[in-house]
Amino acid sequence: MSHTVIEQGQTARSAGLVGCLHCGRLAPPGQNRCTRCGSHLESRYANSRQRVWAWWLAGLIVYIPANLYPMMITDTFIMTYSSTIVGGAIDLIGHGDALVGIVVLVASVMIPVGKFIAIAWVMIATRRARRGRAHSLHRMYELVEFIGRWSMIDVFVVAILAALVHLGSVAGIYPGLAAICFGASVIFTMLSALSLDPRMIWDATDPNPQDADV
Amino acid sequence: MSDAVGHAVPQTDLTEMTACPQCDWLHVIGDVPDGMRARCVRCQTVLLAPRRDAAVTIVALAAAALVLMIVAISFPFLNIAASGLSSSASVLDAAMSFALASGRMAPLSVIVAALIIVLPVARLAGLIYALGPLAVGNKARPYAAFVFRLSMRLRPWAMAEIFIIGVAVALVKVASLATVGFGPAFWAFVGLVILVAAKDMVLCERSMWRALEQAR
Repeated sequence: MSHTVIEQGQTARSAGLVGCLHCGRLAPPGQNRCTRCGSHLESRYANSRQRVWAWWLAGLIVYIPANLYPMMITDTFIMTYSSTIVGGAIDLIGHGDALVGIVVLVASVMIPVGKFIAIAWVMIATRRARRGRAHSLHRMYELVEFIGRWSMIDVFVVAILAALVHLGSVAGIYPGLAAICFGASVIFTMLSALSLDPRMIWDATDPNPQDADV
Repeated sequence: MSDAVGHAVPQTDLTEMTACPQCDWLHVIGDVPDGMRARCVRCQTVLLAPRRDAAVTIVALAAAALVLMIVAISFPFLNIAASGLSSSASVLDAAMSFALASGRMAPLSVIVAALIIVLPVARLAGLIYALGPLAVGNKARPYAAFVFRLSMRLRPWAMAEIFIIGVAVALVKVASLATVGFGPAFWAFVGLVILVAAKDMVLCERSMWRALEQAR
């Protein structure tokens, strides 16, 4: 270590160092706790790919019942009807407020579906590495990480409506089983995105010549 | 390492360097002036964005947000009225609604309570504990690094701002059914979300780690 020449224009790994993801401190190899912030140090996440795919699959599996079961059951003195995630959003667009219906549709359909596709896309694209794609893949990953948690909106909508609407025989709203499936799906896909090591994207698509022999 | 010669980089110089957390690119990064941002040359990720008096600002905003959270969970949140009937709900009622509807959904109530109340509170309290002494120029508290690390890891899971958007959507759904009234907790929650957003804009994790290290 004492004679390592650190040149500009290389990765920490190719310089034989490990960067802390949380505080930015560099550490020599073999050290597994950061001396500044105490975080666990890994040059690259161990088993990143397996963990990403495992959470991804778990999220996808529970996303199916999330769309089949009712999300919300509305009881009025005329009738009782239950609506699924998509059905509820379409109802809003049809009878209520189109703008809010679109917000719900984006948060609970477009974001989750887009997230499954985007994570799979990044994972597959980094397997068949092609140069020059690092920026677009990295942007996609950052978008998924940023936007994924916003899918939780629909669970909160049901939570507050079910708590609030108890008007005897006039109207009552109850949560359906889809809520728990959907909540689990959002959490699992967040964990999938968090398991993805962004450095892997750069290793695959913008290889550092000196990395080859590490 | 002090006897390292010539071109060799002594290990102490590692503190002058950093690796990009997103792409692992090495950078020499000295002191970045307050208000400026250092970005990664390869992937443009912000490496350091120190602010003047960041610790004071963060602690003040977090303390104010924590007070508003106490108001938000102890007062009525929303109420509705229709055909002579009325009902109201607090933030806690919203979290508990799944468990009340069916025992099978009780875990979701625990999760919702964590996402909108417990984790935001833990995060705010953690930031106040860890950064409070820095704000007044004292030495860091015991376990400050552990507490700050935990507070930062909780960030994606504290969803107060997402809850308030959910409430806005719910209000549109219910507006055709009944008249909606807002309780003090509602306004407290809106205020809290704004304060938390302002705090997160000022908070640069890596600058705070540097400050914490100096205060050790």
